[in-house]
Amino acid sequence: MSNYNNHNQRSFFFNVDWVMVFLYLALCTIGWFNIHAAVYDEKHPSIIDISTVYGKQFIYIMVGIVVGMIILLLESRFLAALAPAFYAITTLLLLVVLVIGKNVGGNQAWINMGGGFRLQPSEFAKFSTCLLLARYLSSVNVKVTELKSFAIVAAIILVPMLLIKLQPDDGSTLVFFSLIFVLYREGLSPYFLVTIATTIILFITSQLYNEYYIAGIIIAITTLIAYLNKRNRQTIFKALVAGIVCIGFVLVAKPIYNHGLKQHQRARIDVVLGITSDTRGVGYNQNQSKIAIGSGRLWGKGYLKGTQTKYAFVPEQSTDFIFCTVGEEWGFAGSVVVLGLYLFLLLRIIFIAERQRAPFTRIYGYGVASIIFFHVIINIAMAIGVMPVIGIPLPLISYGGSSLISFTILIFVLIKLDSNRMGII
Amino acid sequence: MNKFFERRYVVTGIFIALILTLLGRLYYIQIVDDRYAIYATKNVIRSFIQYPARGPILDRNGKVLVQNEPIYDIMVTPKDVKPFDTLEFCRMIGIDKAGFDKRWIKAMKYSPTKESAFEKQVPVSLFAPLQEKMGDFPGFYILPRTVRTYPDSVAAQFLGYIGEAQDRDIERSKGYYRLGDYIGITGVEKAYENVLRGQRGVKSMMVDSRGVQKGSFANGAFDTVARTGERLTSSLDIELQKLGEQLMHNKLGSIVAIEPSTGEILAYVSSPTYDPNLMVGRERGNNAAKMYNDPYKPFFIRPIQAQYPPGSSFKPLSALIALQEGIISPSETYYCTGHYRAGNRLVPCNNGEAHGTVNMGRAVAESCNGYFSMVFQRILERSGAKYTEAAFTKWRANVMKFGLGTRLDLDMPAESRGNVPTPLHYDNVYKKGGWRASTIISLAIGQGELLATPLQMANLECTIANHGYFYKPHLIKAIGTENVIKAEYTKRNYVGIDSQYFEPVINGMQAVVEDGTARRSKIPGIIMCGKTGTAQNPRGESNSVFVAFAPRENPKIAIAVIVENSGEGAHWAAPIASFIVEKYLKGKVTPRESGFTVDYFANANRMPDLALYAMDLKKERMRDSIRAVKLDSIRKFKADSIKKAARLKTAANNKPGGWGSLLAGRGAGK
Repeated sequence: MSNYNNHNQRSFFFNVDWVMVFLYLALCTIGWFNIHAAVYDEKHPSIIDISTVYGKQFIYIMVGIVVGMIILLLESRFLAALAPAFYAITTLLLLVVLVIGKNVGGNQAWINMGGGFRLQPSEFAKFSTCLLLARYLSSVNVKVTELKSFAIVAAIILVPMLLIKLQPDDGSTLVFFSLIFVLYREGLSPYFLVTIATTIILFITSQLYNEYYIAGIIIAITTLIAYLNKRNRQTIFKALVAGIVCIGFVLVAKPIYNHGLKQHQRARIDVVLGITSDTRGVGYNQNQSKIAIGSGRLWGKGYLKGTQTKYAFVPEQSTDFIFCTVGEEWGFAGSVVVLGLYLFLLLRIIFIAERQRAPFTRIYGYGVASIIFFHVIINIAMAIGVMPVIGIPLPLISYGGSSLISFTILIFVLIKLDSNRMGII
Repeated sequence: MNKFFERRYVVTGIFIALILTLLGRLYYIQIVDDRYAIYATKNVIRSFIQYPARGPILDRNGKVLVQNEPIYDIMVTPKDVKPFDTLEFCRMIGIDKAGFDKRWIKAMKYSPTKESAFEKQVPVSLFAPLQEKMGDFPGFYILPRTVRTYPDSVAAQFLGYIGEAQDRDIERSKGYYRLGDYIGITGVEKAYENVLRGQRGVKSMMVDSRGVQKGSFANGAFDTVARTGERLTSSLDIELQKLGEQLMHNKLGSIVAIEPSTGEILAYVSSPTYDPNLMVGRERGNNAAKMYNDPYKPFFIRPIQAQYPPGSSFKPLSALIALQEGIISPSETYYCTGHYRAGNRLVPCNNGEAHGTVNMGRAVAESCNGYFSMVFQRILERSGAKYTEAAFTKWRANVMKFGLGTRLDLDMPAESRGNVPTPLHYDNVYKKGGWRASTIISLAIGQGELLATPLQMANLECTIANHGYFYKPHLIKAIGTENVIKAEYTKRNYVGIDSQYFEPVINGMQAVVEDGTARRSKIPGIIMCGKTGTAQNPRGESNSVFVAFAPRENPKIAIAVIVENSGEGAHWAAPIASFIVEKYLKGKVTPRESGFTVDYFANANRMPDLALYAMDLKKERMRDSIRAVKLDSIRKFKADSIKKAARLKTAANNKPGGWGSLLAGRGAGK
């Protein structure tokens, strides 16, 4: 133990997980080059020309590396102790942004920092929520299965969600749902996951098919379960209740969909479900994005040679639709590399989380993995048209300072905590 | 390790599963489904058609009949326009401020980011100064195009015109033509459309999402260059054509001159004519409408569409057939009393004045109707009057070998057949076996149902000049810079008359000009063989006809001239033909003993009275409609009588079965 501490005092690179650092730098570099291609400007061809978006991204990456080094200099204990403070600051910023925020694209999500730079508090709220969740769940006598603890956990997650929803930034709001994986790992009943999955399936099917058919199928399944467990009355009862709840949900799903969602949200979902086809209006972005990715074929069109990319067919291409550039210019090969890197990163984070002695780091690790996973899945699924358009960035690849720095913090805090993996925080 | 340790595998499993799902979907859209690659190409590539210039057309001596003149469309891309001196610009392209605003709004409405024509067809005169200043007007540029021009304004009916392709053309071309493309509509422009139009090129440009051009696609690897249409060399002699049109000015009719040794048409005059330049440019529509409504029909291509009775010009052909068939010998004489009696018909000859004793040569020279009626009757009655039909069928076949009554397949659209009546026709008019040589004797002198186009008449002269064969007449002697000649134009078409029989007939034709009907049209120093015709015409005064070839030895030109409603062939058609022949053979027209001058004929107005002409047209139409009504009523009457007979028959059948039995039954009851 003291041995480690001695090392720790010798070098701040001690015990750093270099695989994580490598993955981080690889994804940042891929992002930088793809942003260069996405918004390539013939008058400013240099990738480090700071008057351009790609030049700015280069600065953000540099800042990110500096931030990462600073985090490595900090004490792990210090990070855990300050969790409530971080949470309080980001919550405050989320309140401030509602008052003085700058409205971009319908979302009041940015605070002007001067010099052309803007801060997006919701990006940092993910980190602080994650950290506070880890802090709370790792405290003694807290069990997520207990109602009181669960209520507090729910509150920690719901407060930033609610404030972000008021902006209203739907994408960032939804990201917090991903923390369900953390709670599951820490003992939450698997029925939560099952319920969520069932809800999503029932919701989609009820939009596509006649609700009475679906109700019929649910009755059939319930009957089958009841028949297979005919000796167990309790199971029969549970199946019966579940079936009734499901049918009830199916019957109200359409009215909820039609009245609970806003017009533009419904339109986006309709396009993905294939209920409406609109390649010029609402569906334009996604359609062009699909064309960009699909036209890449196996090896892609080559760096700076994507026609969809170069000639601005996909809006928002450097931010939410950055994966188009990957798909078009690097093809399926590029897609495999990028998704492979993400998968590798996620598995590595879980591996790191599970090697901790301290639950705090494990819980935080799972939080980081869940958030990154959610971003990756939603962003790419949206780009290839299997999910409605939800504006969230592709971690480390999309253009944007706030997003890049916040993911840098998420990852480097984990690396820092991990360097102290044998310790108890 | 805590007790939920194994849940890491569930979480890991979910992560892997969903990422693999995405990869599966990516595999599908990137590798399996190739639609997206096509969509992307469609998105970014716009094909721009490169229009080739139409091929020029030259006369036989290389002089230009039609060529392309550059004009300029001023194009604008509103988005790229920066503030500039509008007044200066308006002045330079010759419009005013209001006109500028109108065009600007139109261009903006079309698209602010795409180019459209701001001003069309700016002439060359404005182009040069404009081009120098173009740099001052960003967003505007000059698109060069071409239009057809006709430097000498001749041979309109030969050249025809082009116009925008109609839906029908587009359909028939299986998508080659697009809306707004030009296509040959009449004349050589139509007949040689495939050669003249050239080959379109395609240039693929890349455009961005707003349609702004971003350079060529794949460095032009898929572009094709537009190939200019082939040059056509016409057989026409522009000088001859001009003289012909001058001579036919203010007359209705036609001149066709052919080189007998090749079948190349030297002159192709249709009168009234029009300036082909009228069918180009912005006034085209108005001009065309005016000409369509002209009762003298300038769009009517008389050399191949007008069908005239050949009249006496037919006589040499009659003589040739008679000689070949051994009906008569050249020296055999006939005594002309001033008329010929065929059955109970009298064919008048020479206004009733007797020609006296004539042989074949004199009969041709004096145009003796009696002699040729006699010959015709002999031909048809050679095996007895009973076999008239068989003899007539044979005669008809012989006539048609000369190209009468059938299309000569001229390399122009809309050729008429002319007419050589069939035995069936006479069976219908009279009744089967109810007609004899005497009934149809007018055919002997080129009248009756016999009709020929000027082209057919001229071709007939070629055949005589060649002693028994002709080359297919044609207007385009060579295609392209390599001067390709169609093989069918080098083949002799024999007409089945032995060459020895031509001399006596040609002697007669020479006499026509030397001391016969056309003696006043004799050309000094040239032996011309010809035949006059005064063809009776259902529409007013007789048509003046003259056919000829010259010189007698080694003929260089064969010609047919028809001046409608002008009377004797010797008075109008013969002198006109003689000027053309002389011009072609000598290169100039020399003074005549007879005192005939080109100017006199060029200035003479022989246009039929418009009121009479229009009335005749109306009458003709009425006659047709009366005949239609008559035929219709006959048909109805026939049908009615058949029905009536059928009714009577059924009534008769019913009587005994129906009423009869009823009555019988009643009777039995009593």
